[in-house]
Amino acid sequence: MADTAEILSGLAEIVEEVAGIDTAEVTAEKSFVDDLDIDSLSMVEIAVQAEDKFGVKIPDDQLAELKTVGDAVSYIEKNQ
Amino acid sequence: MTDVVVTGYGATTPLGGDAASTWDALLAGKSGVGHTTGEWVEKHDLPVKISAQLAVEPTEVLPRVQARRMDRAEQVAMVAAREAWAHAGLAVEKGEDPKVDPTRLAVIVGTGIGGVTTLLDQDDLLESDGLRKVSPLVVPMLMPNGPAALISLEIGAKGGVHSPASACATGAEAMAWAWRLLKAGEVDVVVAGGAEACIAPITVAGFVQARTLSQRNDAPQEASRPFDTGRDGFVLGEGAGVLVLERREFAEARGATVHGTLAGIGLTSDAYHITGPDPEGGGQGRAMLNAVRTAGLEPSDVGHVNCHATSTVVGDVGEANAIKKALGDHPVLTAPKASMGHLVGGAGAVEGLIALLSVRDGIIPATLNLEDKDPKVDLDVVAGEPRKMELTAAVNNSFGFGGHNASLLFTK
Repeated sequence: MADTAEILSGLAEIVEEVAGIDTAEVTAEKSFVDDLDIDSLSMVEIAVQAEDKFGVKIPDDQLAELKTVGDAVSYIEKNQ
Repeated sequence: MTDVVVTGYGATTPLGGDAASTWDALLAGKSGVGHTTGEWVEKHDLPVKISAQLAVEPTEVLPRVQARRMDRAEQVAMVAAREAWAHAGLAVEKGEDPKVDPTRLAVIVGTGIGGVTTLLDQDDLLESDGLRKVSPLVVPMLMPNGPAALISLEIGAKGGVHSPASACATGAEAMAWAWRLLKAGEVDVVVAGGAEACIAPITVAGFVQARTLSQRNDAPQEASRPFDTGRDGFVLGEGAGVLVLERREFAEARGATVHGTLAGIGLTSDAYHITGPDPEGGGQGRAMLNAVRTAGLEPSDVGHVNCHATSTVVGDVGEANAIKKALGDHPVLTAPKASMGHLVGGAGAVEGLIALLSVRDGIIPATLNLEDKDPKVDLDVVAGEPRKMELTAAVNNSFGFGGHNASLLFTK
């Protein structure tokens, strides 16, 4: 089980790989769409990679609710 | 009617990662053909183990994230387009005003095959790992309008994005449609070209089964030999060429460097056979003559033809006969596929660029591997060394499966 900090850094690595955003920019308060400029196609890729990395399921209706990096970290932490 | 001028160009080919290195390698008599890398050649025991792969991998040139969202065909198109756009002096820094009204800027870039490597790789993933491993980018990566659409995003073109698909004539057809759009005054600038990256198991297998590829596996650099008696088929290549075409008034007003004029075009079709060219060469001849006529010239003005000649037994002779019938026996020929293989949808664009440079620089590259000219080819084909020659006009021919014939006429 990964703790909050590990999930954040793991997620940041995925975002860096998929969208080319520096891991230091991927912080809890950032919005995927408004701050990090990640499109819906990249969000799907990020979700699939996060599922594999953290052993969670992120259904589409849940994915739509994950507005910020922090939302995603909490969801993963609760459901891993 | 306005003139259509060329103000920028770019390419990535088996001979070089940009237009200048491609042109230099061509003049130096180098070959871009080699043994195909990829385990699939042995896996499927394909009888063709050679191809003309890119000299420079596009992933070495493009930003990583941009490249991973693109099929290889899109990557090569983007590499060539970025070079052409910068070469035309139209690239601006972020936040700077564009040098051309986006609504007066169009993109016409096609591919013959589309994103076939993406299609194959992603189908493998679907089979092995199931739906969730399939990329959400599959459709934009394999769609044949993908290269043009991605270029429009890169340069902010809002005056229309078009993707002709006419197999091996695609690149030249894109130039021809650009010419029509500019002549009609619909836009001021068109980024036009063709791209292909289809060196993949199913494509090679398909060309093998159609009996079109050279099987000279023991001497790859000698395999593509247009007009030579020893020719036994073409060599599949990959790459892209892009030109920036403008209305002359617009180019002059912004002080652009003009490298030449796309003075005329001809687009015709054979309605004869799905892959075989009309043996009478009527459609090819009409394309060349239409290019001459739309340029307001006479066949006697055409000093040079950059041939489609792919190194197939039937096609090369057919084209030579069509040239002779349409233009006469004076044009001096060359066939660049001898050096860089057949770039399919990219061929007409790269070879159009080569014809343009021949007119500009007064030099015709030699046809590599032309050692024993087929006696049925009763025309002067440059062999051995490039030939210096002042040219009033040069024609580039591109013909494609489906009976497509595209001819472009370039002047200074």
